[in-house]
Amino acid sequence: MEVTVTVNGTDYTHDVEPRLLLVDHVRTNVGLTGTHIGCDTTSCGACTVLLDGVPVKACTVLAVQADGCAVTTVEGLGADGSHPVQAAFKEEHGLQCGFCTPGMMLVATALLEENPDPTDDDVRWAISGNLCRCTGYMNIVKAIRAAASATAPVG
Amino acid sequence: MFPSKFDYVAARSVDEAIAAKADGDDVRFLAGGQSLLPMMKTRLATPAKLVDINPIPGLDTLERSNGTLRVGALVRHADLARSDLTFGAVASAAPWISDPLVRNRGTLCGSVSHCDPEGDWNSVLLATGADVVARGRNGERVVPITDFVTGVFTNSLADDEMVTEVRIHVPAGNAGGSYQKLERKVGDYATVAVAAHLELAGDGTISRAGLALTAVAPINTKVTAAEALLTGEAPSDDLFAEAGELAAQASEPRSDVRGSAEWKRNVVRVFTRRALGAAAAEARAPTKG
Repeated sequence: MEVTVTVNGTDYTHDVEPRLLLVDHVRTNVGLTGTHIGCDTTSCGACTVLLDGVPVKACTVLAVQADGCAVTTVEGLGADGSHPVQAAFKEEHGLQCGFCTPGMMLVATALLEENPDPTDDDVRWAISGNLCRCTGYMNIVKAIRAAASATAPVG
Repeated sequence: MFPSKFDYVAARSVDEAIAAKADGDDVRFLAGGQSLLPMMKTRLATPAKLVDINPIPGLDTLERSNGTLRVGALVRHADLARSDLTFGAVASAAPWISDPLVRNRGTLCGSVSHCDPEGDWNSVLLATGADVVARGRNGERVVPITDFVTGVFTNSLADDEMVTEVRIHVPAGNAGGSYQKLERKVGDYATVAVAAHLELAGDGTISRAGLALTAVAPINTKVTAAEALLTGEAPSDDLFAEAGELAAQASEPRSDVRGSAEWKRNVVRVFTRRALGAAAAEARAPTKG
């Protein structure tokens, strides 16, 4: 089937099998490997992307279902790492091995879009579908709070 | 992991979806896909064709009117967790469905149709009261939730029927509900969960009681003995403890990685008491909004 997916603002058209998962489509066909495959069983959230702005596990969505949709991957946040969420993860040491980081940052971006001033609890609740194998949650929460402060409207 | 090969149809209307479902053997509807796709990847399910209902307009209706909360087939768990229209055990359960990412995608109607005994919504609906609206080639029928859930992963839908919405009964007077869920971690299935719903008469006695259990029997279990015990009585800790005993007796938990059968039975006992207590407290609280 022919599908057209807008990934980070660019349209990509491919002929794919219906059984191709969105995460494999993004990594293999579109060629963006920032989206990781962790558990591949809808548990860990390493494959999180924003599908029309909403965080989803890309291992549990078919590529054909994303036809006509906008997908944001970690590469879409900022190629130079200057996005406030990326900057805050760097500044606050919000990563250790980095495997969960793309998913964490996309969930954080969606959270801050909806709630620009989250509490620690709000952040913990929002990232509860994303596992960090290094258990670096403290600094991930700190980083997301810091990103919130950095992006807070002035005045 | 890839599912085995299947044909894919993106349906644009309910009629088109029903026709596509009827055209072939082993055809499944795809809504949120948060249970179906993992089952297909592990080859527990190998449908020949998927009929994707996501493109169908109008199925995302979430509306409360005339004593009914209408939940369309494409209403996601996250929509329910965010909504002001929910109440009682429905509002209590919504934030505890799986994890935030799964809630963004999975649907109540899909979960209800899936009939996983470890699924949360069927217990909530059995306790609160609801009807499932199914449409097939011969028209629409309304199935009480008690007749809909027939067994493990089994419902009473005909082959060509699709669930278009679930209608949850909204109580008229003082009412409350609660869903108490024990899970090892976010996103895991319930180890044990209890849904409770209470409606109070003008004199403060219980006019209607609903109680149902998750993950402690081969099917979501409505504890009719406890419901009968509660009805007509004044809410009290002793009464709720007695209901907890009946719920524990009605449960058939199995020992597994999540705990021993005896321990789970005790959780049923305790959570039933807590769920009824929370339901009664909500029912007695001043009416909101």
